Amino acid sequence: MPPTDPSRERPRPGPGTSRRQSPGSAGAATAAGAVPTVAENAPTATVESVGENPVEVSLRVNGSRVRMETDPRATLLDTLRDRLALTGTKKGCDRGQCGACTVQVDGRRVLSCLTLAAALDGARVTSIEGLADGDELHPVQQAFIDHDGFQCGFCTPGQIMSAVSLVEEGRTGSDEEIREHMSGNICRCSAYPFIVDAVRSVRGKVG
Amino acid sequence: MRPYDFTRPRSVGAALGDAHEGSAFLAGGTTLVDLMKLELMTPSRVVDINRLPLRGITVDRGGLHVGALERMSDVADHQDVRSRYPMISQALELSASPQIRNMASMGGNLLQRTRCGYFRDLTTACNKREPGSGCAALTGHSRMHAVLGTSDACVATHPSDVAVALVALDARVHLESLREKRTVALADFYRLPGHTPQVENELRAGELLTGLTVPPLPWASRSAYLKIRDRRSYEFALASVAVALDLDLDRGTIRDARVAAGGVGTRPWRLEAVERALVGRPAALATYEAAAAPAGEDARTLPHNMFKPALLRRTLVRALVALGGRS
Repeated sequence: MPPTDPSRERPRPGPGTSRRQSPGSAGAATAAGAVPTVAENAPTATVESVGENPVEVSLRVNGSRVRMETDPRATLLDTLRDRLALTGTKKGCDRGQCGACTVQVDGRRVLSCLTLAAALDGARVTSIEGLADGDELHPVQQAFIDHDGFQCGFCTPGQIMSAVSLVEEGRTGSDEEIREHMSGNICRCSAYPFIVDAVRSVRGKVG
Repeated sequence: MRPYDFTRPRSVGAALGDAHEGSAFLAGGTTLVDLMKLELMTPSRVVDINRLPLRGITVDRGGLHVGALERMSDVADHQDVRSRYPMISQALELSASPQIRNMASMGGNLLQRTRCGYFRDLTTACNKREPGSGCAALTGHSRMHAVLGTSDACVATHPSDVAVALVALDARVHLESLREKRTVALADFYRLPGHTPQVENELRAGELLTGLTVPPLPWASRSAYLKIRDRRSYEFALASVAVALDLDLDRGTIRDARVAAGGVGTRPWRLEAVERALVGRPAALATYEAAAAPAGEDARTLPHNMFKPALLRRTLVRALVALGGRS
């Protein structure tokens, strides 16, 4: 395995700095997060490797324009977390099986762990950090708090991104439909009943 | 992942020109990126085909035409697909998760690799991954494995749901290379494993799957896909069936039928004997049970999947009852 493999690298915050305090980080999913500012020409990079065959991409992340060279192997997940310091999106299985890394690309929910950043030239990405309006939480974020829709919280950003999409897709007709269309997001704490409560509560209020 | 170079062609011609031995086409990435992470696929070049004009879901006198880059969710949601070929929509919606259906292309779905755990585990023997190394599934966990079309070299199940519906509907796939364009019946596109399980289909090196056509079949509006699995959702089939019935409602008889099965075969499994046993008979439980009885008779089971032939028959009867009624 080459040392530059971006899929294996872990974030390496510099001495004395915390990733949570790094520029562009908006904190945890359910915290009142400021809209992240992604620097236009100099994305904050904790992994400074674009490999042997860099690809230039230009995309919008939570409304901010990002131009960068990327290793063609880099996933959107690693790019968000390690280069743009948007650590709200979580790496669960990294194999497309758990849904923790769910984000929206061009308005559709996808798995960022199976999406290559190199394929996203011109795309519009929304991560959990892009949902809140200043200090005002997105209604789905607020609903997860109100209905206790999580326990440990690790899957929650993915659950919320998926739930936002599900409401937009109009798949909230019944609890059964909500469950079916949330089935791509695994919760090891098994908060499923409260997640369904949260999604049901925002039916008709957003979308 | 191993290093590769990355190209983003804008035309089919440019994409075919970019392809070389050891390259891979990237559409949705749900199989390719996964298998590159496992270093089970190690292309030296990835050709991103998402800008190619291989889109469109249209119905005309030639049937239903779907561009290879159309996403599973869009095909499932399409009004004409839903009304004319409900079993295609249902097969797609019972596949994977909403996120994966938003990503995965129709072409990629048909070309996806098996989910056999031994194929994905580089530490075990697998003739599909490493020809000649053996098959760990024969003496391993075989609950998810195939019972039809297997060989001593491979018992891996074909994982696609929609391919089962498409085989029942006599769908054809369109293939293009720098040298020629050709069309192949999907049923003939997939190969049995035999002694060469690493060769899964008729796609040649440098060839691109550009789209598929489903011939017109007006009575396919009465069709359904029934999938039985260990979890209620987001799981591969233990057994599944795609069934379409042409009913003579005045006489209460079956004029014609299409039947195929998934989760049990090394490729999508058309059940023509079942179809023949239904045609001309009353649409009634006794007919369905008699027609389903021989299904899976030639199955070769393994210690953990001995239930599959019976499950297949029951799944067939349940789907037929749902479509044709009990009497």
